[in-house]
Amino acid sequence: MSENGQPKLVTINIDGKDFEVPDGMNLVDACESVGVEVPHYCYHPHLSVSGNCRMCLVEMGMPMRDRATGEPIMDDDTGKQKIGWMPKPAIACASKATPGVHIKTQSDLTKSCREGVMEFLLVNHPLDCPICDQAGECRLQEFATDYGRGFSRYVEEKNVKPKRTVLGPRVTLDDERCILCSRCVRFCSEIDKNPVLGFTERGSHNTLTCYPGTQLDSNYSLNTVDICPVGALTSTDFRFKMRVWFLKPTKSICTESSAGVNTEVWSREGKLYRVTPRRNDEVNDTWMTDSGRMLYKLVEAEDRMQRFRIDGQVASLGNAVLRARELIQLGSVAYVASGHLSVEEQAMFGKLVAKEPGSVTFVSHAEEGDGRLITNDRTPNVRGGLVTGLINELPVAQLDQLRAQLEAGEVATIVSYGEDLVAAGIPADLLKKANVVYLGTHRNATTDLARVLLPTLTVFEKTGTFINQQFRLQKFYQAVPGPAGLMPDVFVLDALLAECAGGAPCRPTLGQIWEHLNETVDILKDVNFSKIPETGLLLDGSAYADLPFCEGPGWHYEPKAELAAATANL
Amino acid sequence: MAIQERRIIYKHVDEPGYTADIDCYLRNGGYEVLKKALQAKPEDLCKEVFDSGLTGRGGAGFPTGMKWKFLDRKSGKPIYLVCNADESEPGTFKDRQIIYQDPHQLIEGMAISAYAIQAKQAFIYIRGEFINGARILETAIEEARAKGFIGEDICGSGYSCDIVVHRGAGAYICGEETGLIESLEGKRGYPRIKPPYFPAVLGLYQCPTIVNNVETLSQVKHIIEMGGTEFAKIGVKGDTGTHIFGVSGHVQRPGYYEIEAGSATFGELLYDLCGGPLPGRKFKALIPGGSSTKILRFGERFTGKHPNTGEPFDWGVEDIPLDAISLRACGTFLGTGGSIVMDDSTDMMEVIANLMAFYGHESCGQCTPCREGSLWLNKMTTRMTCGHARPEDVDLMKNIADQIEGRTICAHGEAVAWPVQSHYNKFKDEYLDKIAHQGDGRGRYNPNGYPLI
Repeated sequence: MSENGQPKLVTINIDGKDFEVPDGMNLVDACESVGVEVPHYCYHPHLSVSGNCRMCLVEMGMPMRDRATGEPIMDDDTGKQKIGWMPKPAIACASKATPGVHIKTQSDLTKSCREGVMEFLLVNHPLDCPICDQAGECRLQEFATDYGRGFSRYVEEKNVKPKRTVLGPRVTLDDERCILCSRCVRFCSEIDKNPVLGFTERGSHNTLTCYPGTQLDSNYSLNTVDICPVGALTSTDFRFKMRVWFLKPTKSICTESSAGVNTEVWSREGKLYRVTPRRNDEVNDTWMTDSGRMLYKLVEAEDRMQRFRIDGQVASLGNAVLRARELIQLGSVAYVASGHLSVEEQAMFGKLVAKEPGSVTFVSHAEEGDGRLITNDRTPNVRGGLVTGLINELPVAQLDQLRAQLEAGEVATIVSYGEDLVAAGIPADLLKKANVVYLGTHRNATTDLARVLLPTLTVFEKTGTFINQQFRLQKFYQAVPGPAGLMPDVFVLDALLAECAGGAPCRPTLGQIWEHLNETVDILKDVNFSKIPETGLLLDGSAYADLPFCEGPGWHYEPKAELAAATANL
Repeated sequence: MAIQERRIIYKHVDEPGYTADIDCYLRNGGYEVLKKALQAKPEDLCKEVFDSGLTGRGGAGFPTGMKWKFLDRKSGKPIYLVCNADESEPGTFKDRQIIYQDPHQLIEGMAISAYAIQAKQAFIYIRGEFINGARILETAIEEARAKGFIGEDICGSGYSCDIVVHRGAGAYICGEETGLIESLEGKRGYPRIKPPYFPAVLGLYQCPTIVNNVETLSQVKHIIEMGGTEFAKIGVKGDTGTHIFGVSGHVQRPGYYEIEAGSATFGELLYDLCGGPLPGRKFKALIPGGSSTKILRFGERFTGKHPNTGEPFDWGVEDIPLDAISLRACGTFLGTGGSIVMDDSTDMMEVIANLMAFYGHESCGQCTPCREGSLWLNKMTTRMTCGHARPEDVDLMKNIADQIEGRTICAHGEAVAWPVQSHYNKFKDEYLDKIAHQGDGRGRYNPNGYPLI
């Protein structure tokens, strides 16, 4: 790194052209950064280099120097420094960008290396792509097309390995497809620190397996499926449910914790099939938890709320909102919300609170984290509540104050936005004394007692932003439509607000909500919603540095450094 | 007899009355060189080894003194010495004679080498099948420790170093120095990629480590005894000292012969010392230095300019001098000196099938080309020996080998490819002829024939 924090650039030569790339960058990545593909299987940017697949073999050379004097040896014909080409091809994944390094990615030797490796990889691999679960996402298939020979010279009997080997509760191995790249083995030992995977046997009989008496059961086990470059490791949940080329990926954010893991949500015709991690080196690298992936199942859960209700009876949105307004305007209203709401929802909720004032409390969902991608705060957006000004203090674990107010008869109506008040410490009998207006996605003990139910959408069904533990503002997008008749939370809030204000709902766009945020929130005044980068926008959270957030150190949670960097960038 | 052995390492091997116990070793002047070495500065000992020009005797032939120079001494980490006793190359059986018959020579060599590089802990990584060898070494180490030649405060010098015998599980690839280190660390024997890091910088337990062969470490004793410059006078430029040739196959007197590098020719070795071919037979082919080295065909000519002298040469196999430089000039390698001789009764297709069976079995499976290519070659050559060869198999076999050579992490890729490539170059006609006559009884069906190697 240079003094200003930017990476130092060096000039390297790829296929005869000079490019500037960060000093020390892995050559596979360096080539990719300038649009040159170096095919690879075993290399992964977040794992150690094993160099075993040999797919990234290229010709490599360095400018020559006189060994005795150290002086450059010049080529009289070109006037440039002579290049000493290595006698053997070198793997790009184990080489770094250094000044003057030359590589040939399209030479005859390089092509021959790739063709050879492809042929070797395919000799014992089944050639039945249409029935493979990873058809459509298989690098073997892709590179065979791009770099392979196009026909097989192999007439021997294939070395057939087992199918459907259960490695753990969520991962199934089709061993005959494994190309032994060892990514999964390295992930388990280096990232998951749970080294249960390894190889047995030798040579072509090598077999991926769990150590005796163990299984791949960590909460990060499905990452091995993501990084498997071929169709060997599969998600037992997703396996054979849908062809991936039919699926539409939508960028999203995992709501499991305040880590704000970047994800892709895969859907087809309004149905979700799987969630996978999306690379963001500042947040989650390329990983996510198994538990986070399973959150999509909440969309079609049996306890999903799908109807507006008044006193248990199905109602229209208009009537439900009208009834909610009546209850709110009884006065003595208390608002309960949480970090599960998006920034936009918090802003709209804030508008409602401003119109019909009452105390606002966030319910904390602090639990023990795993020190990695599950932080102690199991909500994605507590910091959004602080930034938007909806709250000034950190969430409370139990609603003791509200309970006391209820017992004293000081609260007539409680508007709960996604929080189970019973679970938060208010006994059901006591809750019956108040009018509860509930906005949320799933039934719970509170919904059974609520006078008005306003169903809302899950994160997969709407668009918005969260602010994660680093004060990184991150966007998520709607992947599937919500249940018929429901609409985005902000529209529901807008309708309620309009009802309270005696006006007509305007169904604000997110852009309009952000204009409001730009005007009212100092930290967000320069944020252009449509231009928030896909990797997020780091906000200056220094104003909140003294708050005792519950997150402990974990992956990429370095508040002081992040805040300093954020401040420096502003 | 025109040729004479010059036994330095093997001085006491097969000597009547000479035993492996320490008393016998001491009676023959054992550990005197260690005592002398401990009075010298370690760096001076390293210089002697560098000056001697000794090259590694494990097969690769890298200069030993240079390897020691690469040691990262600034890291502050402990330095380890590892003796590679994982002798597994077919045709190679020289180290085990040292271990079985003169183990204290190795231990003395190791103690001197450890002191020279300032290692406090040394290991002997021995092939798993050498059960007796491991026992002999453990006994010898106990004896040496009891006499104060290893362990704490060696010979009252204040220097301490212990030696541990570690038995491998029987994997050829664990004889590759980084595969050996991985195995010694308790992991699967997979070679490490290098660069970036060589064992002398990051080796055992990520510490600077020197891995040397049994014969190499034994040679160190003699280098220190006679002085590096004096040792360098033995042999030829670029290949000093003696080489042990383990001759096996179709000769009248197979065995091991220690010969000063370059002092004789293969013809002299095979005819004078080994007694020539079996009665009524003629030599057909020679693998000079362990089964992975490129095969030579009797009757072919090797021409060129000798790298050392610049003189033009025109040799047959019998004329090639017994040194690494001359063999390299002929397109092959001295390797371990394990010379496998084949006479005119030998079916070369079965030879290559035999070799591929070995290398296919021993590929660790880490790199794609070696993992898949070696088994492919194994299957193909086995099929060919069973009378199901196709004419195109010969070119295909060569092409597969070309796709392996130079494209793997360790030299096992070359070990698979070189025999195939050299067979192709030298016996292609025989292959095609055999394939053409598969139907008339000359294409023998002999899948379980007696192993030729």
